[in-house]
Amino acid sequence: MEDDAPVIYGLEFQARALTAQTAETDSIRFLVGTQSLKFDNQIHIIDFDDENNIINKNVLLHQAGEIWHIAASPADKAVLSTCYNKTSDSRVVSCAAVWRMPSDWDSGNHESPDDSSHNPQTLELLCHLDDSAHRNSACVLWEPMGDGKRVISLADNHALLWDLQESSTQAMVSSTATLEGKGQLKFTSGKWSPHHNCSQLATANDTTIRGWDLRTMSQIYCIENAHGQLVRDLDFNPNRQYYLASCGDDCKVKFWDVRNVQEPVKTLEEHSHWVWSVRYNHSHDQLVLTASSDSRLILSNMVSISSEPFGHLVDDEELSEGEDNHQEDKSKEPLKDSVVSTYEEHEDSVYAAEWSSADPWLFASLSYDGRLVINRVPRALKYRILL
Amino acid sequence: MDADGSVSDESGRRRRVHGMLKLYYGINEEGKAPEQPQSLDPCDINGPHFDPDLYLNKLRRECSLSELMDHETCMVKQIRSLDSDMQTLVYENYNKFISATDTIRKMKNDFKKMEDEMDCLSANMAAITDFSASISGTLQDQHAQITKLSGVHTLLRKLQFLFELPARLNKCLELQAYAQAVSSHRRARCVLQQYSHLPSFKGIQDDCNAIMEKLAQELRQKFRDGGTSAKDLSECVELLLQLDEPAEELCDKFLSHARSRLELDLQGLEAEIKPYPPTPAPKEAATRRSSSSTAAGSPSDNNSPKTLSLPSPTLNTDILEFIDRGCNEFVSSLCLVITSYQELFINHAQTGELASKNIPQMASGKLQAFVDDLAARYFSLVERRIQEEKGVGDNSLLVRALDRFHRRLQAVAKLLPGSAVPNRGTEIVVRAATERVKQYLSALQSFYMDSLTDVRQALATPRLSVAGGGAHLGGPAAGRDVPSSLPELLSSLSASILNQIKSVLASVHLFTAKDITFSNKPYFKGEFCSQGVRENLVVNFIRFVCQSSRQFCESAGDKGGSTPPALLLLLSRLCLDFETSTISYILTLTDEQFLVQHQNPITPVTTLCGEAREAAQKLLNHYVKVQGLIISQMLRKSVETRDWVNTIEPRNVRAVMKRVVEDTTSIDVQVGLLYEEGVRKAHSSDSSKRTFSVYSSSRQQPRYAASYTPSAPMDTNLLSNIHKLFSERIDIFSSVEFNKVSVMTGIIKISLKTFLECVRLRTFGRYGLQQIQVDCHYLQMYLWRFVSDENLVHFLLDEIVGSSAHRCLDPSPMEQSVIEVICERG
Repeated sequence: MEDDAPVIYGLEFQARALTAQTAETDSIRFLVGTQSLKFDNQIHIIDFDDENNIINKNVLLHQAGEIWHIAASPADKAVLSTCYNKTSDSRVVSCAAVWRMPSDWDSGNHESPDDSSHNPQTLELLCHLDDSAHRNSACVLWEPMGDGKRVISLADNHALLWDLQESSTQAMVSSTATLEGKGQLKFTSGKWSPHHNCSQLATANDTTIRGWDLRTMSQIYCIENAHGQLVRDLDFNPNRQYYLASCGDDCKVKFWDVRNVQEPVKTLEEHSHWVWSVRYNHSHDQLVLTASSDSRLILSNMVSISSEPFGHLVDDEELSEGEDNHQEDKSKEPLKDSVVSTYEEHEDSVYAAEWSSADPWLFASLSYDGRLVINRVPRALKYRILL
Repeated sequence: MDADGSVSDESGRRRRVHGMLKLYYGINEEGKAPEQPQSLDPCDINGPHFDPDLYLNKLRRECSLSELMDHETCMVKQIRSLDSDMQTLVYENYNKFISATDTIRKMKNDFKKMEDEMDCLSANMAAITDFSASISGTLQDQHAQITKLSGVHTLLRKLQFLFELPARLNKCLELQAYAQAVSSHRRARCVLQQYSHLPSFKGIQDDCNAIMEKLAQELRQKFRDGGTSAKDLSECVELLLQLDEPAEELCDKFLSHARSRLELDLQGLEAEIKPYPPTPAPKEAATRRSSSSTAAGSPSDNNSPKTLSLPSPTLNTDILEFIDRGCNEFVSSLCLVITSYQELFINHAQTGELASKNIPQMASGKLQAFVDDLAARYFSLVERRIQEEKGVGDNSLLVRALDRFHRRLQAVAKLLPGSAVPNRGTEIVVRAATERVKQYLSALQSFYMDSLTDVRQALATPRLSVAGGGAHLGGPAAGRDVPSSLPELLSSLSASILNQIKSVLASVHLFTAKDITFSNKPYFKGEFCSQGVRENLVVNFIRFVCQSSRQFCESAGDKGGSTPPALLLLLSRLCLDFETSTISYILTLTDEQFLVQHQNPITPVTTLCGEAREAAQKLLNHYVKVQGLIISQMLRKSVETRDWVNTIEPRNVRAVMKRVVEDTTSIDVQVGLLYEEGVRKAHSSDSSKRTFSVYSSSRQQPRYAASYTPSAPMDTNLLSNIHKLFSERIDIFSSVEFNKVSVMTGIIKISLKTFLECVRLRTFGRYGLQQIQVDCHYLQMYLWRFVSDENLVHFLLDEIVGSSAHRCLDPSPMEQSVIEVICERG
């Protein structure tokens, strides 16, 4: 099918950071942050024209340093945050900051697309998410579905909850949580839960996953040895509040019910190297996307632990009046967890994958060599989920 | 005779004579040539139509004179010989006629004499008849008198018997000759009954009845008395039956008596099962048993001193003894009871007048219930005893015991054809066999686990290895070193498993031995072999081996620490050996030994082999993963903990790289002990001298290009990308093949990929990059020899150096020559 063919976009630099523009729900838009030690780093704004299968890109300069993590504000399309490395005097410092895109990046680009690559506009710094005590930010998390005023940054072994004020130009630490323990503990990744009124946070350090209550900033659960090796990424099931997916260097993707942290609910072992990113589809949580340094992207259909284990209930009722046979087919098939497809368009390690915030059937993945690939959920599966 | 001398020349006579002769000899002529048609030729001198004139004319016409002369002499000669023949014949016939006439005359004279004698005989016979008639007429009267007298005599004797009867009965009673008394009474009973209207006879009858009543009382007493022997008892019953006692009551009494004795046997058996006798019950039982067996009816207190000296039953009574005892005591007395009971109540009753009262049916029904009840108790005891038989050491004892048990039950089967007892017995045997197979399976399993523990211990004990991996590198790799006896461990492990299976099979085989009675039951011929032994024992054990091996991969956790890698390797090889030979060998052995008839669906060899291979593959993959992770961990630590921006100029290869090479070498040795070399692609002539193509080219001209957006500023290494385009995708944690090279390739792949990913997360200064260059070159020098495709190592190392160059703030690489010097020095 022509429509299912992947769309590939190449960046000039190596890149690890990818996010969907969360506040944008009309057009399919992804943000990519590059990594270069020698040139000015960029943020590529990738617009995907679904109907024509065309990619439009806009480039903004991010001169502060190479981008390790990028996140978009859920409230304001123009606001985003990055974690970046700054090198000065043969020292490498990791920082985090909130930025605003120039208001006219879009229009300017349309008039002279060739021009933009030569004279890209620069991001406007809103505020730093650092202070002298807390450095080395690993990632910045926006409050899911919030008003874009609350942000968490994970720096070394601290989780900092920031309040953004004055149109995000000022950031105040409102509360902190610190990971105590032997040795040099360091958060590697985290996720702000969209459930429980956005009062929970999950973090990963080494092989452990921890849950935090943001109101008291205290630990509420802890999954020791969640993975045999480092835990690389987490994601919350958008529809089932206790379900959490994690991935790590043991090549596995595990699904947890945080009420019972002894055993994972489910384990996937499809990748042949470290899994760097795991993402639930925002609408249909049986669709799980995983990216790995084996250069593959895998879309799995985890029906049995999704919020719709038997398909739509309404559909079943409607069907039961009509054709019985058809209904049996339907109720049998979706129960199987399976790999929907494996995407092999990348040739280097894939460090990031994201679902589009506008189109639930579309996702992007980014490999280290700067290749961005946009794919769709196969139509057959899409129709089976919908109908 | 009239032909005599009629030899003339006249043709008519000659012809007649000729015809007569021919009649005489005709039979011979016809016999000689019957098929020859008689010649019609008138010239044929021997033919019937011979015409002399024609013949003569013909001769005259055809022959010369001399021929005629010859012919004539010849003919004359013939005529003469014919004449002489004829004369001889006539003479002989004449003589015979004369002698026949003489004989007839002689016979006529003899017959006349005989006739006279016959007349004389008939006259004598008539005289004898007359005499005989007169004698019998005179004797008739006397004969009738004699007959009458003898009748009176018999009657008198009978009367005498009757009158003497009461006295005789009394005497019998005194002498306890009950049988004689009963038979006498029986003989008199009818007569007395018939003439009971006469007062004298009535008196006799009353007397007799009183005596018989007494006798019956006495018999009943004797019957009730527990001590009587079986033979006495049966005699008693027989007499009572003859005395018209109610049969049903007798049956009950008989059976209850028998039951009390059999229950003593059962209690004795039960006492053997209970090894510790806290209650006096077993002893008491033993006492009573001995008393009942030694002397019938003797009071039990006689034996009490003996009881104390009796050895109390211990658990050491083995099952054979137990069953023997059960058979000898319980089963044989049961058989005895059945026989005598049948003799008394069934066979006997069928012939007698009792048959009309449906007694046989009633009696056999009672017997059936009785036997079933007792047998059930016996069986439950036997089963309890069998269940205690837990040890799997010697199966032959159990089999022999079961055989004996089964065999003895056949006696019951013969006695009671419709009984369910033998079937139930067979069921017990079947259950025991199934149980035993289960026990063997668990024994095998625990044996396997034990030997694994042994192997684990053997692996854990450090040994001074001769062919240690670190030897030629001189490194302190002893901790991770494998004992050189890894193949020996493997072979001893597999040999002991095989031996164990064989011995178990041999033990189980006893169940189907030819001389065992139950071995020809359909269960033992079919289901026991195929389901019991093949599936439940052998197949399950093989499955267990595979499963437990697989569990090592899972339960070992992701840390990969708990199971020693060498054990994984060893098990993997074990499973592979299972797949290639052991499984089919074991199954063939089983099928041959047990002649398994494949009536039920059975697990095919291929399925098991598949499982074993899968397990082997999984174990080997896990081994690769564990070893790879150990090395990865070293590399990762070494990259993560160093400040690569501010590092000093490299002077040495870092120690961790040497360690990596050492460990890889020792792993290589370890794997080489168990797995074949495997194929590798052709080497280049001198791999260690190879320079990094990627880096050397980028050094000459720092040119960067993106493969698909050539207009953009170039930050992606062109050559690396081109390389990637044309090289195959590398699966890092992929399945490996069963050979050394593939295993080593897997481990090295994992390690180097970790190195690469870690490098990409760091930022390097100038000397950091140079250190990585040195390290990679060092790895390059040593690692290529382990892998199947050295390009893989080159490629990954290139990637590492390339990536660190990208991540370098000041990418000024070190001279290749300097790198080489440092590496060779280190």
